[in-house]
Amino acid sequence: MEKYKVVVIGGGPAGLAAALESFKNLDDKKVLIIERDKFLGGILNQCIHPGFGLHYFKEELTGPEYAHRFIEQVMENQIEYLTETHVIEITPQKEIVAVNKKGLKRIKADSIVLAMGCRERTRGAIITLGTRPAGIFTAGQAQRFINIEGYRIGKKAVIVGSGDIGLIMARRLTLEGIEVKAVVEIMPYSTGLRRNIVQCLNDFGIPLLLSHKVTKIHGKYRVEGVTIAKVDSQLKEIPSTERFIECDTVLFSVGLIPENELSKKAGIVLDMRTGGPVVDNTFSTSQKGIFACGNVLHVHDLVDNVTLEAQTAGRYAAMYSQHPELFENNIHINIVAKEGIRYVVPQKLNKNFVQPFVLRFRVDNFYKDAIVTISNAGKILMKIKKSILTPGEMESIEISQKILSQLDFSNDIVVSLQNI
Amino acid sequence: MQENKVTCILCPRGCTIEKKEQGGTFEFAGFGCKRGLEWAKVEFTNPKRILTTTVHVKSGEIEFVPVRTNLPIPKEKIFEAISILKGIEVLAPVEIGSVIVKNILDTGADVIATRKVGKKDSSDD
Ligand SMILES: Cc1cc2nc3c(=O)[nH]c(=O)nc-3n(C[C@H](O)[C@H](O)[C@H](O)COP(=O)(O)OP(=O)(O)OC[C@H]3O[C@@H](n4cnc5c(N)ncnc54)[C@H](O)[C@@H]3O)c2cc1C
Ligand code: SF4
Repeated sequence: MEKYKVVVIGGGPAGLAAALESFKNLDDKKVLIIERDKFLGGILNQCIHPGFGLHYFKEELTGPEYAHRFIEQVMENQIEYLTETHVIEITPQKEIVAVNKKGLKRIKADSIVLAMGCRERTRGAIITLGTRPAGIFTAGQAQRFINIEGYRIGKKAVIVGSGDIGLIMARRLTLEGIEVKAVVEIMPYSTGLRRNIVQCLNDFGIPLLLSHKVTKIHGKYRVEGVTIAKVDSQLKEIPSTERFIECDTVLFSVGLIPENELSKKAGIVLDMRTGGPVVDNTFSTSQKGIFACGNVLHVHDLVDNVTLEAQTAGRYAAMYSQHPELFENNIHINIVAKEGIRYVVPQKLNKNFVQPFVLRFRVDNFYKDAIVTISNAGKILMKIKKSILTPGEMESIEISQKILSQLDFSNDIVVSLQNI
Repeated sequence: MQENKVTCILCPRGCTIEKKEQGGTFEFAGFGCKRGLEWAKVEFTNPKRILTTTVHVKSGEIEFVPVRTNLPIPKEKIFEAISILKGIEVLAPVEIGSVIVKNILDTGADVIATRKVGKKDSSDD
């Protein structure tokens, strides 16, 4: 069986950054990246729009350009990678089973970094009535068909969901000569970034129908149209507000979920709210020596955050592979999300590694002029005033040495939100 | 499209900034900060955008190469630029950053490749 110090599963931005950072921190530089697609770069290969790298590189790049900067470094350092190779199993003993054209492969790793990204929720996830004709896609699938394979997927489209991917696809379809009839959003707000609403919808006069849902899809062989209706504050359809929109294509952009089949098989504890593994501040999962980062851990809106997180995961994965004894007697305190905070990552602080770290979180609603507090043992350790907080934007807080030095380790760290 | 309202995109606040004409001079209202005001002035006079799309590649390991303008171009020229790019086919290999169309529509912006495309490997099929 082949042996590696660190094996990274997934060759997207998370996997690339984790592999590079592991490589830098290892004496015996046996690092391997395993990617099921033909190319490294992950989802970024199909994200040809600008908007990447503003924080990390301080310039605005497209997805492939952002990925290229890391792929280049992987090549320069001659880090080993396998493409068109699908990992089908990992064990708690850190054995990896993968398949490719040549057959089955077994690999032993001292530590593993999970970086498999996420998958899209489909029409089924939001239970949409009607027939099952051709012309129904998830937004990411359509993005791949158009941007990589170059297919023309239809003539008139309706997009369900107004997160960033839905908005970006509205613009992309329009540029491809496909008429976007409407973007239909069930919530009273869009979770997409403001710049995407302006540049993807307003620029082209595409209507955004908030508090609306698609109640039915029509068509026998190909989509012929959809019925939409207004919804009330309970998200229930309001009778007599139904309207038919003629179209031949429907794109679903209704959320992403971490790709956690492998994690489940390896017996890793998952967080119900993020959908990804529970990790501590070293990005270690509940299985020692298995780390996680990027969209497999929790869904990110900005790739820059993925890179930073993956670098930390990669560094600790390298440390584990060289000094597993440092992780022997792990003792954790919980980091708990309360009022107004939907989730936090990491969910635990490892007492053996009390070092400054970044806490990332999402709020559960729109908030104006609110205070995020971090408290412990009934004492407020930190207060951050925020003029605006939205569920669509991930927030980050730096937990400094000063804060850490004040912690009472027999109590949870609590993150919560208060109105001013 | 002559609008007298724009939404600022510089921060999550997303202020709606309004332009009012008063005897030949303009007044702006609704901005939350100076940076936003400066942004809005440009957005009212000459809105520009980076254009991204794909272009055909001949004999490449993939059939389409993603491209972008290296500078923002006037919004009203976007569809014309797209139709030019639709008619183009480049030959692999393509390097990242190589110029596909120089000074497109006299905007001063070049269209550049955003991905490296190697030659098709004959053993691929
Ligand atoms: C459509 C879309 C638009 C976006 N737009 C923006 C934007 O404008 N700006 C921005 O900053 N961010 C944007 N993002 C977010 C950003 O791109 C992601 O957060 C980032 O790509 C996540 O990186 P990742 O490495 O975790 O996952 P991915 O990029 O998804 O990579 C995961 C990789 O793992 C591989 N893999 C999965 N399972 C296995 C397996 N079992 N064996 C082997 N390999 C496997 C996959 O093939 C894939 O290549 C966008 C995301 C999407 C989906
Ligand atoms: S005007 Fe200033 S405060 Fe308002 S959205 Fe723009 S940058 Fe933000």
